[in-house]
Amino acid sequence: MSAFLVNRLLQSIVLLVIVSIIGFTVLNLMPGGPLAQFGLDPGMTQKDVERLAAQLGLNRPLWMQYLDWAWRLLQGDWGHSFRDGSSVLTVIGRHLLATLLLMGTSTAFAIGVGAWIGIRGATHRYSLFDYCATVGAMVALSVPTFWFGLIGIYIFTLKLGWVPAGNMYTIGDGSVLDYLHHLILPSLVLSLVHVAIWSRYMRTATLDALSQDFVKTARAKGVSERRILLKHVIGNALLPMITLAGMQLPSVLTGALVTETVFTWPGMGRLFLDSLGYSDYPVVMGLLIFSAILVLLGNLIADIVIATVDPRIRLA
Amino acid sequence: MSQPPMEEWHVERQIVDLSKKRGKAKNRRRGSQQDGRTKLKREDVPMASGEPAAAPADVALSVRELTVSLPEGMERAHAVENISFDLKRGQILCIIGESGSGKSVTANAIMGLLPKVIRVTSGAIHLNGTNIVGLAPEKLRSLRGRVVSMIFQDPLSALNPLMTVGAQIEEVMAAHDVGTPASRRSRAIDLLIEVGLPDPQLMYHQYPFRLSGGQRQRVMIAMALALEPAILIADEPTTALDVTTQAQILQLIRDIQRRKGMSVMFITHDFGVVAEIADHVVVMEKGHCVEQGSAAQVLKSPNHLYTRRLIAAVPHLTGKDRVPSEAGERASILKVECLAKTYRSGSALFRTQRIVPAVNGVSFDLTSGRTLGVVGESGSGKSSLGRLLIKLMECDGGSILFEGRDIAGLSEAEFRPLRPNIQMIFQDPFASLNPRSTVGQILTVGPVAHGMPYDKACERARELLSHVGLDAGAFERYPHEFSGGQRQRVGIARALMFKPKLLIADEAVSALDVSIQAQILKLLDQIQRETGVSMIFITHDLRVASQICDEIAVMHRGQIVERGPPSQIFLDPKSTYTRELVAAIPGEQPQSMPEHAEYGGQHKGGETL
Repeated sequence: MSAFLVNRLLQSIVLLVIVSIIGFTVLNLMPGGPLAQFGLDPGMTQKDVERLAAQLGLNRPLWMQYLDWAWRLLQGDWGHSFRDGSSVLTVIGRHLLATLLLMGTSTAFAIGVGAWIGIRGATHRYSLFDYCATVGAMVALSVPTFWFGLIGIYIFTLKLGWVPAGNMYTIGDGSVLDYLHHLILPSLVLSLVHVAIWSRYMRTATLDALSQDFVKTARAKGVSERRILLKHVIGNALLPMITLAGMQLPSVLTGALVTETVFTWPGMGRLFLDSLGYSDYPVVMGLLIFSAILVLLGNLIADIVIATVDPRIRLA
Repeated sequence: MSQPPMEEWHVERQIVDLSKKRGKAKNRRRGSQQDGRTKLKREDVPMASGEPAAAPADVALSVRELTVSLPEGMERAHAVENISFDLKRGQILCIIGESGSGKSVTANAIMGLLPKVIRVTSGAIHLNGTNIVGLAPEKLRSLRGRVVSMIFQDPLSALNPLMTVGAQIEEVMAAHDVGTPASRRSRAIDLLIEVGLPDPQLMYHQYPFRLSGGQRQRVMIAMALALEPAILIADEPTTALDVTTQAQILQLIRDIQRRKGMSVMFITHDFGVVAEIADHVVVMEKGHCVEQGSAAQVLKSPNHLYTRRLIAAVPHLTGKDRVPSEAGERASILKVECLAKTYRSGSALFRTQRIVPAVNGVSFDLTSGRTLGVVGESGSGKSSLGRLLIKLMECDGGSILFEGRDIAGLSEAEFRPLRPNIQMIFQDPFASLNPRSTVGQILTVGPVAHGMPYDKACERARELLSHVGLDAGAFERYPHEFSGGQRQRVGIARALMFKPKLLIADEAVSALDVSIQAQILKLLDQIQRETGVSMIFITHDLRVASQICDEIAVMHRGQIVERGPPSQIFLDPKSTYTRELVAAIPGEQPQSMPEHAEYGGQHKGGETL
């Protein structure tokens, strides 16, 4: 196991370096850049802009900028936002909790409900429930999230007035209930797609487990159907789901671009979009590295969990 | 779970069953449940058919005029039709038939384990005197594992990979509320001892993947014995095992059956196994019971044509050497020297490396126009050898002289022009043909890639199809339209497209029924005599090897332990391993099955645990 971990760690470092080089290069090759906005400002002369570039180190060759950035990163310095000068980690920290709240809720909901629908769809295959779940999943997967968001706002905010249209809390309130009130609509909209994905995967995995010979063995032993489902089917069906959960982990922390924008949710997704709009490269690069680490971590955790629960891997 | 999927299926029955408590019935329904008609019949004891209602006391299981229907659109309306047989107490009843004969359906009907779309439409199954057809699912469940239990063909997939062996054995007892956790545990360990597993304390905590095939099957048997059922149903329990392991498991089942006075219903397609253990035999063909009687009677003087055909098709150790095809030039086509291949897994850096010498210093030579059989058990390296010879895998050492030229060291590009000369016939005729290509495409794609004009390739393909016994229309059709035997014929035609000098057949008939097996072997023999192609025939089945090979090499742990003509291998084996292997063949001594129809007799080897 430790050999496996060392191996994975080495691979991850190589991957991170490659991802950061590509990210840095592409970002800087884009037309515009952080100083472009000042070109239209009549109060700024060409000299001022050059002075600013020198101050921010933007006049150096690209490879030097990258090495400088990477060296600082290694020392724990993620750089400072061009927008307000606060450190990138602080900026990320400000938005992380909001995203965690939204994504955590919707992902947990999606996994729970999706798994339940999937298992029930498999045990009641071709039933009315199964058909509805299948059609529902297809609709949820094929209609874009922002449409659901807008329709949700139209119905539940404008027509019914049940929930607020956006933001994370009411200024001046900020109680737990107020947070929850704001959370309902965006997290439901967000989980629609995930419920669809999870229910489809879970249905397939459950059908696969149900068709295994050991289920027949259990029936031949006289084990009750309920126990067969709990003890033999679900455990084996969940194994492939662990990998899927590992792939979901990064998105729990990096947020959802569209949903956060539709609901003006102050999370990571919106931070990324805003930073890109302002050409706030240090923050964009920070987010890029952050999500790359999360992707690697998510896969690693999934592998470790699988190795722990599956004796064939644990003991082999 | 109590799954009533296909609620549509049940609607009709629910209407008929209105008298029943709806709520309970709805939730607990299973496929084997009766329809209104059979239910009526059952209440109306004795049975309307005039059969004796309950079987005599010495009969443990009695099947009466059982008909199981298949859903519409299948190739036939009934999986089994109107079959009757008795399993006497303390006896072993063998049900024998080829694939599709309905033998497994019968077993599943007795267990109440039929899939929901397949239903018992009429007839009765008396278990210890109670008719179980139409019994409520909950009652059936309480019989399973307690009164009647079952073991399956593939002991790896039949065990839950995530549960320890001990937990799976205890589950039988827990399912029927027998004993306390502590007593179940000690019973489980006793059972592990009883089925002859080494170190039962350790075995109790093992996961199935750690055990060998034979050990897994022993665990299955331990599980089936947990509650001392009156009846054990064994569905091809040794088909997936090596021949020496098969001999041990058959011995174990026989021993336990005698010790406990259990009744065993043993399903098999192998007359060798029947000769080895059966007291009574039922022969099934396409859902009908065509013949039944005592083992001696059915084996020695079969009445029905089908039984005779089946027995005739069983490959026997001939013990006679093959008459070589008319002499041509007898040049050596293939000479292999000290061939070696070692599998490495894990990482040398972290000292987790595992080294398995799959092929370890193998040498042989093959004269053109002859057939060399390579036999061995799983893991002996015989398939690795085949892959090395066709260069699907690089060897680590040694030489392969093909027509005098060493091909072992050739790069893929250098070897490519030689590929047409060495062709392979694969084991699984279902997996080895691309389901999305027509047979014509499958046959022509290779030669065309090697530069044969398309027209010429098509012409040759049609020629070969008729040569291997398929009609010309096969050219336009897709693999799924053919039976297993026909697909293997396509596979053979494909290999012959190149006019190869050497054919490597890797378990080419292992997936086929015996009668089909015999036809394919005959075809291969005929092709060799006509084209003078040399063949390497890799198989685990010594009986098959004895049919077709001029010379046989026995492989064990990556090495050839003995090489010689069939007469030597089977009648006068030089190595201990070969002797064990030959002795373990079920129901078999050279040239003689009928004489040895009585339970194998003296020739059992490798039965030590």
